[in-house]
Amino acid sequence: MAGPDGWKPKILGIVCNWCSYAGADLAGSARAQYPPDIRIVRLMCTGRLDPLFIMKAFMDGADGVLVSGCHFGDCHYLEGNYKSAKRMFLLKSVLKDLGFDDKRLRMTFVSASEGAKWAKVVGDVVKTINDLGPSPIKALSK
Amino acid sequence: MADTKSKVKETKAKVTDQKPRIGVFVCHCGTNIAGVVDVKAIIEYAKTVPNVVHAEDYQYVCSTPGQKKITDAIKEKNLTGTVVAACSPRLHEPTFRRATKEGGLNPFRFEMANIREQGTWVHMHDPAGATEKAKDAIRIAVAKASLLEDLTPKSVAVEHAAMVVGAGIAGMQAALDLANAGIKTYLVEKLPSIGGRMSQLDKTFPTLDCSQCILTPKMVDVGRAENIELLTYHEVDAVEGFIGNFDVTLRKKANGVLSMAEAEAKGISGGGCNGCGDCEPVCPVIKPNPFEMGMKPRKAIYIYHPQVVPLLYTIDFDSCIKCGLCVTACGEKKAIDLEMKDELRKVKVGTVVLALGYDMFPVENKREWGYKQFDNVVNSLELERLICASGPTAGHLIRPSDGQTPKRVAFVLCAGSRDNTGIGKPYCSRFCCMYSLKHAHQIIEKIPGVIPYIFYMDIRSFGKMYEEFYYRIQDEGAKFIRGRVANILEDPVTKNLHVYAEDTMLNRPIDLEVDMVVLAAAVQPAADTDRTRKLFGVSCSQDGWLLEAHPKLNPCGTTTAGVFVAGVCQGPKDIPDTVAQAEGAASAASIPIHIGKVELEPYFAQCIEEKCAGCGMCVNLCPYSALSLVDKEGGGKVMQVTEAKCKGCGTCGGFCPGGAIWMQHFATPQVIAQIDAFLLGGAK
Repeated sequence: MAGPDGWKPKILGIVCNWCSYAGADLAGSARAQYPPDIRIVRLMCTGRLDPLFIMKAFMDGADGVLVSGCHFGDCHYLEGNYKSAKRMFLLKSVLKDLGFDDKRLRMTFVSASEGAKWAKVVGDVVKTINDLGPSPIKALSK
Repeated sequence: MADTKSKVKETKAKVTDQKPRIGVFVCHCGTNIAGVVDVKAIIEYAKTVPNVVHAEDYQYVCSTPGQKKITDAIKEKNLTGTVVAACSPRLHEPTFRRATKEGGLNPFRFEMANIREQGTWVHMHDPAGATEKAKDAIRIAVAKASLLEDLTPKSVAVEHAAMVVGAGIAGMQAALDLANAGIKTYLVEKLPSIGGRMSQLDKTFPTLDCSQCILTPKMVDVGRAENIELLTYHEVDAVEGFIGNFDVTLRKKANGVLSMAEAEAKGISGGGCNGCGDCEPVCPVIKPNPFEMGMKPRKAIYIYHPQVVPLLYTIDFDSCIKCGLCVTACGEKKAIDLEMKDELRKVKVGTVVLALGYDMFPVENKREWGYKQFDNVVNSLELERLICASGPTAGHLIRPSDGQTPKRVAFVLCAGSRDNTGIGKPYCSRFCCMYSLKHAHQIIEKIPGVIPYIFYMDIRSFGKMYEEFYYRIQDEGAKFIRGRVANILEDPVTKNLHVYAEDTMLNRPIDLEVDMVVLAAAVQPAADTDRTRKLFGVSCSQDGWLLEAHPKLNPCGTTTAGVFVAGVCQGPKDIPDTVAQAEGAASAASIPIHIGKVELEPYFAQCIEEKCAGCGMCVNLCPYSALSLVDKEGGGKVMQVTEAKCKGCGTCGGFCPGGAIWMQHFATPQVIAQIDAFLLGGAK
């Protein structure tokens, strides 16, 4: 999904092994089609998500970051997704303070059986980032 | 602790000192991958990625010659790590880890780039985009592989015992198989008797075996099996631990009645409940009997049904008024204790089989069919009790409004199944077609001149001898009308019912007057399935059924190692399929127990002592109490990991403000390397 000047969004997806990674695999088995503008890093649990990872991604020039874990109550490690979700509020406010639109960071919950949802979520995120345009990091770091 | 410290230092040394030499193997997967992306371009690109010293492609890397390419390259090119760009690591990570090990490397030096499930399959119409994504995925994987360290799986002993939760036909079969394989098995059932839904059925299709006749011998076997500890009227309260060592807390619900063994233990010689039933007639409380679908009364002290195992009365404390008449009637046996409280008990097991069963869909939600509005509309489980010899009418089918024998009975199939309105269930409940055919046969047998009208969408008679049974019922005179029932209305005087539908074969609307309607209601997961599955960390599919590890190749396993599923709780299935899956689950659950040990993935947290400030934030975050603060040499505190308790979620590592936690295989430098590789294009 290239923009008018050939720009393509760079979106990092950080997903948990048990729910969202499996959900993304299921989207594949079901041949659900979605835009290819996301790259996945797999962790065992979104609870592992150090806020540093997300800040590093934005500092490296990511246009958007999608974090996806299990539904609340479904975490393979009981409550890692709650802990991760709590960090998102803080991260969003930090991003805003730094001059980013906080829509560039999104957390979703996709279970291992929700392949179609994964395809839809990625489609939505790609659209959001396309609408927002390139990351302001270069302008901000001047 | 000293060990931990040195290990981390050693790792860091390894990561920094050794110049990584990575081999990349790109799989065509037939045309699954190569049909979409430009494999040659990917290989040429891979060769330019920092640290890559070898890149090649092959038709099927998972095949024996494909794996040999990995082992050969490791030896010839002196690789320090391998990357396979192919399918999902959830599918073939173990395969390629083995190949990496055979090549002489530590198996955890392998990283997978998923370019099929998350590549070519989802970007089939964008080859250029998929190719770019595959290149990036390889670059990201190489970055991680460059920093991977040697890890050793931890081997833990497996408790020589198993637990089966739910004692319907699935749970009973699984428990019997485990017990017969020489494994101590705890069979946990929330109701006062084993037997489950099958004990409520009259006959079973297509053989027309009497359900109780084939079930009760099994129930008796379960009750007598030496290796089975029967825990009826028990619930799972809490679960700790992991495969090999599950610590399960069970709640023994207060049933108000001492078994003979319990009485003996309390010093009441020769006492305890012997099932004589003297207590029941004197009880003044009358409630609807749930076993009889509320169509028969039950006392507050009761046995669940006549063939209960174990034969033990139970007091329903929700309705008991504690008048004490039963205590008097029981007399010297002193079996009744009206002050009994729930008791908690812990058991340790190596593996678990969940056989949680199903409930009927509340078909009253589909208001157009009048269930619970009109007396003569019943669901099929109610019909099952109405035609059962041990049921409330001793097997005489009568209609509820006036006790008359019905002569025209309409069966509404897919009542709540295959329903995309959002009120019912989207799935097929799989056994309703067949039991409705059986019901048609049974009423034809019982009531001369009766006409069963079967309103169906499709008759799904897919099992062994099922299609033949379908023809037989056609020949016996059942009328089949292909069409969904739109509406059912009651004649307020006669209480007869008008069934409105469209006969899609004859292409005309139907208004059929019948004496009785049977709704073949959908099935749904049993009420406490969600609570129980969460205790064991088992996922569910969108419709609430437990999620198997793989729908085709691992239908009894779950994503939680050591927990298996059997029966309808995994998805609607008939009795033969349920028993088959139960035997499969029991077999799978017995394997780790017989081997006696399991290997756990070594994704443990490690404390980097020099960085740990001893704040203790991680200690409170750990859901498994695996972390603790200990005194440090020379004062202060430092965190310590109990590896046996750590499951490797990494929550501590995500939070540590000092970056003092090294999450093995998902360490911060490894993840950051992946992020940098994606966004900055690999190593500097």
